[in-house]
Amino acid sequence: MLLGRVQVPRSVRKGEIVEVRVLVQHPMETGFRRDMNGQAIPLNILDKVTARYGGREVFSAELGSGMSANPYIAFYVRAEASGDIEVEWSDDHGEKGRATATLSVG
Amino acid sequence: MAKKGAQRRLSPSGEPVLRVLRLFGLGALAIASLAIAAEPQRPQPLRGGSEFQSRDVQALERDDFANPASLWLARGEALWNEARGSAAKSCAACHGDAATSMRGVASRYPKHDAALGRVVNLEERINACAADHQGAPRFAWESPELLSLTAFVARQSRGVPIQVSIDGPAHATWDAGRRTYFTRIGQLNLACTHCHDASWGKTLLAESVSQGHPNGWPAYRLEWQSLGSLERRLRACFFGVRAEMPAYGDRDMIALELYLAWRAQGLASTVPGVRR
Repeated sequence: MLLGRVQVPRSVRKGEIVEVRVLVQHPMETGFRRDMNGQAIPLNILDKVTARYGGREVFSAELGSGMSANPYIAFYVRAEASGDIEVEWSDDHGEKGRATATLSVG
Repeated sequence: MAKKGAQRRLSPSGEPVLRVLRLFGLGALAIASLAIAAEPQRPQPLRGGSEFQSRDVQALERDDFANPASLWLARGEALWNEARGSAAKSCAACHGDAATSMRGVASRYPKHDAALGRVVNLEERINACAADHQGAPRFAWESPELLSLTAFVARQSRGVPIQVSIDGPAHATWDAGRRTYFTRIGQLNLACTHCHDASWGKTLLAESVSQGHPNGWPAYRLEWQSLGSLERRLRACFFGVRAEMPAYGDRDMIALELYLAWRAQGLASTVPGVRR
């Protein structure tokens, strides 16, 4: 389970453009580094992030080795109805994680 | 005693050289005694580590969500409430809500612990609690668990000024830390004071030299791409002056931590910091 967090504004108006912020804990090993004993540290990249809003996919990203550790991603959605924004992520080792934030449209 | 030292050095030399050496020797002694007499004052005004960072790093530190240390804080909070060890007790079982019970606690560390009979830092105190009250194995130094728990406990003291006690049993440790602070070490032959008292605010390569205050630690260091303890940061300084790095938990390191905390007395905690 890869730890991560999702944040949306507390309350929004219908039709408002809101920022969804995602932070995931991941080493993002490039595969080029070596440890103290000179052994290569294997590639380990968080390569897929997807977000659904009210069940519909609104955002997806494929990340590469150029991203820093603990990647931070922000994207925008138009608030149409109250609902959950579910964000899922997975790395190249098959490790997954998810977090949910509730958007309440007033 | 000073004269005797100078004479011993001079005795085999010829007359003209002797006079020069005597002058030099006395001069050096005079400078040395002056240096001891005029031990530099604490930097004024006190400025925490984040004030020496660039604006974007400061903004990242202030942003409670985007600050990458928030991931460690979340883990620390989970560990606080997790029943561990043979006693199957969580930290919360004894200490309750960390927001009230741990408020201001981290600002008083390193602190003399009567049960252990020595000055301990927050990491050691947490590990002592894990071993004695939870019956759980100690966390390894710099392990994600220990960092998370330390950061979570320290976070509860954000805004509380550092106020450590150097009286009574802690005084000898403080004095050892003070000696370390003013002792030249490493191939570069520098003491902490040469950068952090004499040259703070100046530029070292791409960095701004800070006053060396520990009020933002544990901090997320972008260079490490991870949260790290104050000890890890101190070791980076030892590495920087090409000195031998002490082991984690070394008494000299704890003593230095106590001296630094005393030196930063009055500065409000900004845990968790973000550093370049």
